[in-house]
Amino acid sequence: MTHAANLVTRRAARPDVVVVGAGIVGAACALALVRESLDVLIVDASFVGSGSTAAAMGHLVVMDDSPAQLALTAYSRGLWERMADELPAGCEYEVRGTVWVADREEDLEAARAKRAVYAAHGVAAAIVDASELARLEPALRPGLAGALVVPGDGVLYPPNAARWCVDRAVALGATLREQCEAVAIGRGEVRVRDADGVEETISAGAVVMAAGVDAPGLVPELPIVPRKGHLVITDRYPGLCRAQLVELGYLRSAHGLGGASVAFNVQPRATGQLLIGSSRELVGRDGAVNHAVLGEMVRRAIWFVPALSRCDAIRVWTGLRPATPDGLPLIGRWDAVPGLWVAAGHEGLGITTAPATAALIAADIMGRAAPIDPAPYLPARAMRRDVNAQQAEASCRGT
Amino acid sequence: MPRDVIVTVDGRPIAAPEGATLASAMLGAGITRFRTSVTGEPRAPLCGMGVCYECRVTVDGRPHQRSCLIPCTDGLHVETLPNGAASWRPEAESDADVRRCDVAVIGGGPAGIAAAVAAAEVGARVIVVDQGVRPGGQIWRHRDRTALPKAARAWIARCERASAAGPAPEWLARSTVFDVSVGDDIVLRLTGDGPAVADVIRARRVVLATGARELFLPFPGWTLPGVMGLGGAQALLKGGMTVRGRHAVVAGSGPLLLPVAVALARAGASVAYVVEQSPAINAMSFGAGLWRHPAKALQAARYAASLFGARMRVGTWVAAAEGAAGRVALVRLTNRSRAWMVPCDLLCCSYGFVPNVELARLVGCEIQRGRVAVDATQRTSVPGVWCAGEPTGVAGEIAALVEGRIAGLDAAGAESRARAGRLRHARDGWRRFGDRLTDAFAPRDDVRALATDDTIVCRCEDVRRGALDPSWSVRQAKLYTRVTMGPCQGMVCGASCASLFGWSAGTVRPPVGGTEVARLR
Repeated sequence: MTHAANLVTRRAARPDVVVVGAGIVGAACALALVRESLDVLIVDASFVGSGSTAAAMGHLVVMDDSPAQLALTAYSRGLWERMADELPAGCEYEVRGTVWVADREEDLEAARAKRAVYAAHGVAAAIVDASELARLEPALRPGLAGALVVPGDGVLYPPNAARWCVDRAVALGATLREQCEAVAIGRGEVRVRDADGVEETISAGAVVMAAGVDAPGLVPELPIVPRKGHLVITDRYPGLCRAQLVELGYLRSAHGLGGASVAFNVQPRATGQLLIGSSRELVGRDGAVNHAVLGEMVRRAIWFVPALSRCDAIRVWTGLRPATPDGLPLIGRWDAVPGLWVAAGHEGLGITTAPATAALIAADIMGRAAPIDPAPYLPARAMRRDVNAQQAEASCRGT
Repeated sequence: MPRDVIVTVDGRPIAAPEGATLASAMLGAGITRFRTSVTGEPRAPLCGMGVCYECRVTVDGRPHQRSCLIPCTDGLHVETLPNGAASWRPEAESDADVRRCDVAVIGGGPAGIAAAVAAAEVGARVIVVDQGVRPGGQIWRHRDRTALPKAARAWIARCERASAAGPAPEWLARSTVFDVSVGDDIVLRLTGDGPAVADVIRARRVVLATGARELFLPFPGWTLPGVMGLGGAQALLKGGMTVRGRHAVVAGSGPLLLPVAVALARAGASVAYVVEQSPAINAMSFGAGLWRHPAKALQAARYAASLFGARMRVGTWVAAAEGAAGRVALVRLTNRSRAWMVPCDLLCCSYGFVPNVELARLVGCEIQRGRVAVDATQRTSVPGVWCAGEPTGVAGEIAALVEGRIAGLDAAGAESRARAGRLRHARDGWRRFGDRLTDAFAPRDDVRALATDDTIVCRCEDVRRGALDPSWSVRQAKLYTRVTMGPCQGMVCGASCASLFGWSAGTVRPPVGGTEVARLR
């Protein structure tokens, strides 16, 4: 069970690949690479799944802000589905579907357009009217216009999903070093520092940098900024909500709280608990609870699901999403440093898109054709654009 | 003659003495399954004082209500099975009820009462926030005030009347503080169910008098209905639990063993064994130390003398419990050289107290060895925040009264009176008593190693010992297994894990103790 044994017996002098970061993205990459029969070393500054992954909601969702986002999320959701039988119970994987709630008729118009886009991409989705919505989700407030239902979306418990990927990878021969922080990445090497402050340079055939919000510390050119979110979890109220409920008009709900925005987003967990989100703020790495933002987020959730008001909240936490200016992750070779691949900047879709990210990285490292068009995600686009303009763009986006 | 009230539990009417708590009434009526755990086990009250969440039931359609905190009233409708989707009426948003005061006191036990009285008597405007139905905390918990010791009655009465300097402290019963922020003012955010509810208190100063909870060390069978803490049994008895005809074993450690055994015997239970894990030498040296505190020695002697029929053993502990028909039926006692089985249907077992330092940690007070660090006038390291009683080190009610008085005087601006030599001398004496107590009854290694891989450590999330890797950090354990992540927020298993694995306490974030979602607005 402990990884220490592997460290002694399996640690290669020069691994084929060092994966930096054991969040969900790094963990999925490590598993994909070890399945290519590569010798993989995973390093993490803390422990598996301890960063953004630990704070994430775990909504496996197809999103269509852009065609590239739709392609990546749809493909990746399918990969999770194929892994479903392997995932242990602790990952709490469930296909619950997403109900995109339209509170006004104009949102329902947008939902119809969204449905058409999904259909064109082979993603099942259906429009339901007000009465059907009330039957599907009786806890929602009366008088809503309807919803777009995406039945194939799922839910899982992110820290254990990351841990399962790493445990599988280790069982197949990979090595894990926790409390081992990457401090610099060079051509074919990673400099790491352990918990005692001892530094060491590890050379490797390739480096996959999956350090999430910490990525700019290793590759300063990467336009990744932390975008804070709040979540609330309740005691167990099984059956109160059935699918993940998200508001369609979430862009409209954005309002002035120093650039912060909130949206109604409630997830029923396998345990019967309810996760209440969501908020977005660009406030650097400050992880403190912002009462104004939390209050607005909760008020909005209660507006949609009035019974939430008297549910018991047992915890509130914040997390940092690694956000990029154009809302797409950075996946692929980093040309400035030969042998370096980047897999970072997934913002709020890291859990959904980790398997697809891993598939793209593994295909490129192995010199195989990519399973989907990799071009939109290539990190090279970050080099071509003016970073300031991107930052400004990032702070305006509502996603 | 006190009248009975009638509550309905799963459709069956139950008579409860007036003033009884729901948990006590249900136990007295022979109900053994209050809730079903997340893996399907029957559960019943453990702590009796709002800490463990094992007594949760659905009350008037609202799930997850702690029955030990609810007074029985006519027509209360209780279900022990979750009724699925919540059917209660949502709460309309209204303007927050904000109260202002000079000194807010959190906790209404001896320390809180003494602090409130002292502050009010020098002219401060005081608000006390207390979880209990009636003033007094755990030690002075009561249904009928006339049953309290004279000193306790006097203190409570003083807290209720105006003094020459100003009005009596305002008392907010059945309320807890889930968030504290310290700025120019200290802002407390409250959760409450009683008639006297407020949402927010803005205070100039705050006295933390949050008391202590019991230390539980998991052993096989400790989750069976009928197994409860020593303080838990005491609280439930005071709450009106009837035990006539029950066969009890009283075990664990500390000075609570004898009073609990006596209380059970007086209430009609037959107490088969009283077993103290501490070796004879420790128990005796503690006894020898009592000469400095004749009142305590007399108390101990009186208890011992009245314990006719029970066998008393030191250096002996509960190794395991076994159940039959969904409740405890047998307990295995051991003294290392031998083990023997004792039939019982009530097992009271806990290992002393854990100071409640969660709110102190939330506001950033310095903590030393699990206690809030305070100076000569009970000031913590955070300006504007005082602390008194068990959170500064478990030392009993008289220490709490003295510390509360010092804190209340100083927080109200009467620093010179707070510095009186008489008070400091008394406080330091009782503090030494507390240290001796802690040393004499420290749990032996044997009782920290009783849990097998199959033993549940976290009762909220049913996390078993075998799922926990001692090499993990506490944060790893939380994320991977949800240990300490249930509604009790680790108030039970956090301390067990600290004792079992040496894990430090996790970070404290609001809502401390949980709150309704609407109160996060």
